[in-house]
Amino acid sequence: MYEFVRGPLALIAFLIFFVGMIYRTIKYIRGLDWQADRVAYTAHFSYGLKGALRSILYWLIPYGTHSWRYYKVFTLIFFTFHVGLLITPIFLLGHNILLKESWGFSLPTLPEAVADTLTVLVIIAGIFMILRRIALPEVRIITTAYDYLILAIALAPFVTGFLAYHQAPTYNFWLIAHILAGEIMLVAIPFTKLSHFILFFLTRAQLGMDYGIKRGGMKGKGLAW
Amino acid sequence: MPEGKLCNKQTVDTKELLSALLNDKSGKQYYEEMNHLDVDSKALWGLIQKSCKSRLRTWLEICAHCGMCADSCFYYLANNRDPRQVPSYKIQSTLGELIRRKGNVDNAFMQMCMDTAYSKCSCCTRCGLYCPFGIDMGIMFGYLRGLLFSQGFTPWEMKIGTGMHRIYRAQMDVTTEDWVETCEWMVEEYEDDWPKLTIPIDEKNADIMYTVNAREPKHYPDDLAEAAVLFHIAGEKWTVPSEGWEETSLAMFAGDWAACKMQVEHVYAAMDRLKPKRMVVTECGHAYRATVIEGPYWAGLKSGQPPVESIHYVEWVAEALRTGKLKIDPAKKIKEPVTYQDSCNYIRNAGLGDIAREIMSYIAEDFREMSPCREHNFCCGGGGGLNGIGRYRQQRNIGLQVKRDQILATGAKMVIAPCHNCWDAIRDMEEIYHIGIKWSFLKPLLLNMVIVPDDLKPKEE
Ligand code: HEM
Ligand code: SF4
Ligand code: SF4
Ligand code: SF4
Repeated sequence: MYEFVRGPLALIAFLIFFVGMIYRTIKYIRGLDWQADRVAYTAHFSYGLKGALRSILYWLIPYGTHSWRYYKVFTLIFFTFHVGLLITPIFLLGHNILLKESWGFSLPTLPEAVADTLTVLVIIAGIFMILRRIALPEVRIITTAYDYLILAIALAPFVTGFLAYHQAPTYNFWLIAHILAGEIMLVAIPFTKLSHFILFFLTRAQLGMDYGIKRGGMKGKGLAW
Repeated sequence: MPEGKLCNKQTVDTKELLSALLNDKSGKQYYEEMNHLDVDSKALWGLIQKSCKSRLRTWLEICAHCGMCADSCFYYLANNRDPRQVPSYKIQSTLGELIRRKGNVDNAFMQMCMDTAYSKCSCCTRCGLYCPFGIDMGIMFGYLRGLLFSQGFTPWEMKIGTGMHRIYRAQMDVTTEDWVETCEWMVEEYEDDWPKLTIPIDEKNADIMYTVNAREPKHYPDDLAEAAVLFHIAGEKWTVPSEGWEETSLAMFAGDWAACKMQVEHVYAAMDRLKPKRMVVTECGHAYRATVIEGPYWAGLKSGQPPVESIHYVEWVAEALRTGKLKIDPAKKIKEPVTYQDSCNYIRNAGLGDIAREIMSYIAEDFREMSPCREHNFCCGGGGGLNGIGRYRQQRNIGLQVKRDQILATGAKMVIAPCHNCWDAIRDMEEIYHIGIKWSFLKPLLLNMVIVPDDLKPKEE
């Protein structure tokens, strides 16, 4: 079982993830239409590029935009969740040992204690996001079961990984569950809203180009996100 | 009854139809007929498949349902944080649902969409600045209005407006003769005080081609005269076209994209005919947005720019003050506290925030910013055509409260509102809420403040 989930299944999951994301990227860009979107993307590409980069960068900085500053607590939860979500799996020691075994290279790694803390923070932040969906009427009204499913898919690798790492009595079970959860997440990304992982950059770039080319970017200093 | 006589899927292209609509007081019969209008689901779905591309589809799909757009919407704030006013909810329950059902929706659903798209969204596009994915509900509601229009679900006044544009190439029934006569009449009225004042019509190769909002010739001809006097003082070589002088576009609010195209092409044809160096648009926000910002796309101009450089009136004013073409008498600067209504259409959607501040620095001694301001301003409450739609008067009046409170918080005695829609909304706000505020366009204020060169003054007897 272990050999199967970490061998062929992992390969398939990664393949689906990469091919899926490339497909989504191409499909998004090809579906842009200068006349329907009313943005002269190619005619003023340099203004567009500037607008796109500003639109992405400001939003990647914690408290970097009016909106992030307005929602102070949520912004903290949001960045904690996402930083942990991205950093932990990529720079985890265990993952990099596997990487070295399979592909012959590895990335710098996080100290175990840091990775462990990040994992706990992701789980706590995730729980806050769930509670927020229940508590706030303006979030509750737009929340669907699908949103919880997405959160569950993203949190599952962390919960199972945490249990496995701390050698819960049924270590083998949790380890396999962890690998499966990770694979489910990888496969889910291209097919679900988790595709925002890449589409975030694309939609932000698009609106950035809109503001950079058409809505004032060629006149003023550029929009104060 | 699948199609009404007045309320139907046809566009209004004849004077007979237009006057039939106008004679239907407050659209009584029109809205009654709307209750029986059939939805052509096949055509609707066909249109969606053709026109709803990756930008909109992705926005609808990846919305994280995080609610960060909630507080950005003035309707949400004005309606006691009613969750049904959250921008994401509003668009998901209308356009989102329409697409999920592949256009298989009934009359009641379409009317709900219409009510939402017009009375719960002014297309101010503020929410797009607050969404981490840059999801812009204002743009999507504009798109939805177009879908609704194609099926005949459009407020009565908007349907009339599109007819006006289609028939008169203006939002009101102002003909070429009416327009030219108004220009001549205004010169006669003002030339005693301003000898040699002219409103040059159809002059070729002028430095400026000036274009207006049809309300000016129709209801406020003095605005046109004031513009003429200011150009006269500034020594501009300017002209107005006899045809193609109308900048506004109720068709844009209604989503009648074919009429939008006809309207802007009429203006662009005047540019081609008269070959001015630049065009200046009067103090109107949506007019500028329609003809200068969005118009080139309707007309299929790949550069995304109008045929000649086009600027908003505030840009001309700032330039004239900067270069000294207009000089302000320091003693006459505005002393009382004033604030500025940032129009969504030319500030957020065209980047003229700094220009507005520059003007204020020349003319006001005690300028107070609203909070928030500039690109982050709230809509006045009357945008997206709402000022003109009787059916949604109540909702509009509630929405005005946000701007009212913003103005009150500045302590200003006057609001400078160089946008017809904003100006109207603030006038109505005063009528309803009596906050003791004055409101004004720039032109009359400037006329009171500029230094008039001696040679332009009337000769003393
Ligand atoms: C830099 C890129 C990313 C940005 C800007 C971004 C943005 C967002 C936003 C705005 C939310 C809504 C928060 C809420 O639930 O209230 C969210 C939620 C979420 N994100 Fe990301 N995200 C990014 C990358 C990722 C990645 C790589 C993953 C991992 C697969 C991920 C997984 C999630 C999950 C699971 C949620 C909660 C579910 C949901 O609300 O839809 N995100 N993200
Ligand atoms: S802020 Fe954006 S992602 Fe969040 S609910 Fe609103 S539209 Fe959706
Ligand atoms: S465009 Fe403006 S009015 Fe419409 S939903 Fe967004 S914030 Fe509200
Ligand atoms: S009327 Fe003025 S404030 Fe309101 S939407 Fe239009 S431009 Fe914006």
